[in-house]
Amino acid sequence: MTPEATTKTTYQLPIGPIHPALKEPVAFEFEIDGERIVDVNVSLGQVHRSVEWAGMRRNPIQILYLAERICGICSYCHPMAFALAVERVAGIEVPERADYLRVIQAELERICSHILWAGVAAHEIGFDSVLFLTWQIREKALDLTEYLTGNRVTKAITMIGGVRRDVTKDMVPKVTETLNYFKDNFEKLRHIFLDDKTFKMRSQGVGILTKEDALRLCACGPTTRASGVKKDVRLDQPYFAFGDLDFDYVTPDVLTGEVNGDVYDRIIVRLLEVKQSIDLIEQCLDKMPAGDIASEPKIPKLLATLKKAKGEGIGRMEAPRGEVFHYVKLDENECPYSWKVRAPTYNNVMPWIPMLRGEQIADIPIVAASTDPCMSCTNRVAVVDNGKKYVLDKEELHRLSVEKTRRLMA
Amino acid sequence: MTKQLTPEGIVKSFKDEFETKIKYARIEKHIAGTKKNELIHIWMSVDRSVFKNVVKHIMTLEEYPHLAVTSGYDTGKTIELVYHFSIYFGVRYREISLNITVELPKSNPTIETITDLIPGALITEQEKQEMLGIKVKGIPKDKRVFISDDFPKGVYPWRKDETGPEKMVRNLHEVKK
Repeated sequence: MTPEATTKTTYQLPIGPIHPALKEPVAFEFEIDGERIVDVNVSLGQVHRSVEWAGMRRNPIQILYLAERICGICSYCHPMAFALAVERVAGIEVPERADYLRVIQAELERICSHILWAGVAAHEIGFDSVLFLTWQIREKALDLTEYLTGNRVTKAITMIGGVRRDVTKDMVPKVTETLNYFKDNFEKLRHIFLDDKTFKMRSQGVGILTKEDALRLCACGPTTRASGVKKDVRLDQPYFAFGDLDFDYVTPDVLTGEVNGDVYDRIIVRLLEVKQSIDLIEQCLDKMPAGDIASEPKIPKLLATLKKAKGEGIGRMEAPRGEVFHYVKLDENECPYSWKVRAPTYNNVMPWIPMLRGEQIADIPIVAASTDPCMSCTNRVAVVDNGKKYVLDKEELHRLSVEKTRRLMA
Repeated sequence: MTKQLTPEGIVKSFKDEFETKIKYARIEKHIAGTKKNELIHIWMSVDRSVFKNVVKHIMTLEEYPHLAVTSGYDTGKTIELVYHFSIYFGVRYREISLNITVELPKSNPTIETITDLIPGALITEQEKQEMLGIKVKGIPKDKRVFISDDFPKGVYPWRKDETGPEKMVRNLHEVKK
């Protein structure tokens, strides 16, 4: 039976349209031979909210707040990528201090996201004590986010031409204190994720994405770096102040000397990136020049400038999950003529197919989670077993995954 | 790995290869940070007849060019697609963004698929079909991807003409008197 023949819209579960944690629910349709996955069919779009369409009816400042709500975790990357695109069209220069402040916010978001992901990955294989441990650490990252921006999730820190809040001298001790807390706990996390027997059993050799597949399917972010592709917008085309800072591509061979492209490698990449982000924030605090935090603090004046802008521009940012890409076309109007948003999961959906083919049903949660999509992706799965169709929900899948861990442990 | 060209060299290589089929080309340089690093974005508009060969030409510059996404918009008489490639990634400061615009007349809005060259282009090609009502010739999976199957046929959300979604929009703030 071909995967196309099993497609039935009645098996798709729409989640949303408004849900704080999920941005792109995805339905898989698997073709299963016993325990093995023979083929996978992915369908997207259950919560397509027409954000781009809505954006074309708003002015650029309003879009910042709309873009922020595309994703609950990347609530900084989306408006910032949009701001980058608009700045390039309108020729707005960003003050140097703002470039550094933008790096601090971006890296803090990366720490938040990667630690959150680590917890989710642990939960997926039934290691819930690690979930609680990682999210306890993440709580500190959220506290710091709140301290710096005033908000825990939708940060509202972005402004076209800069940022909205400064990190003043008296705020630095609190930032350093939190960074030191992360450093103290990093070793604990590294030990659990990279040395623990359970993690190794479930992640080594599972969900392999070869370097060639990663390149051909245009994968991005940690998913492609774990397959040995050196691709990181922060380094390839340094925006903000990334060009001034000292860091390098994170690929798994940095730690282990080899690239397998499996789930374990994706864990390595994310963990090392947390460490890198801590270091980057420290570098920023050291090197940050004094000066303005936004090129034009008066919003009506800024809007008037934008109303006169004409042309097209792109904004690219390395979000925690990969490259966020925004295309904006302005034509001397209040609203942009065209706006296209490309979130990293958009490109990381296709690599699921080679990753999942040949794996077991119980591996679906951890393999799918390893690209760090929104977790609703595995919420409902239609499974074809000997031609008979039934639906596995998230709880059932999770139970199978936990059972596999127990089986391997026995 | 083939020798890396300068931004000017890239534009020249395209102009040599495709001559007048390249309608315009411009190189944008943006700066960032205290060190004033340059970011290079190349914008080119190419004729539809050579589009596939243009993609093949990009693949001589970089074995596996990264296709971020395809943008698209309705200009009234035509539909324009913008393919956002990036090449020379993997070395610090060297990546170049290559944005290729293709114009499609509304009377015949078709374009050739590039999924045989870059398999990762599938989702974005499907999306352009349903959002802009274009036809991608030879697309391996001719199905809707983001819009649900019960959405009416012949309505294309990104169109700004009579096939656009305007008549489906309910402006809830408007009160009947």
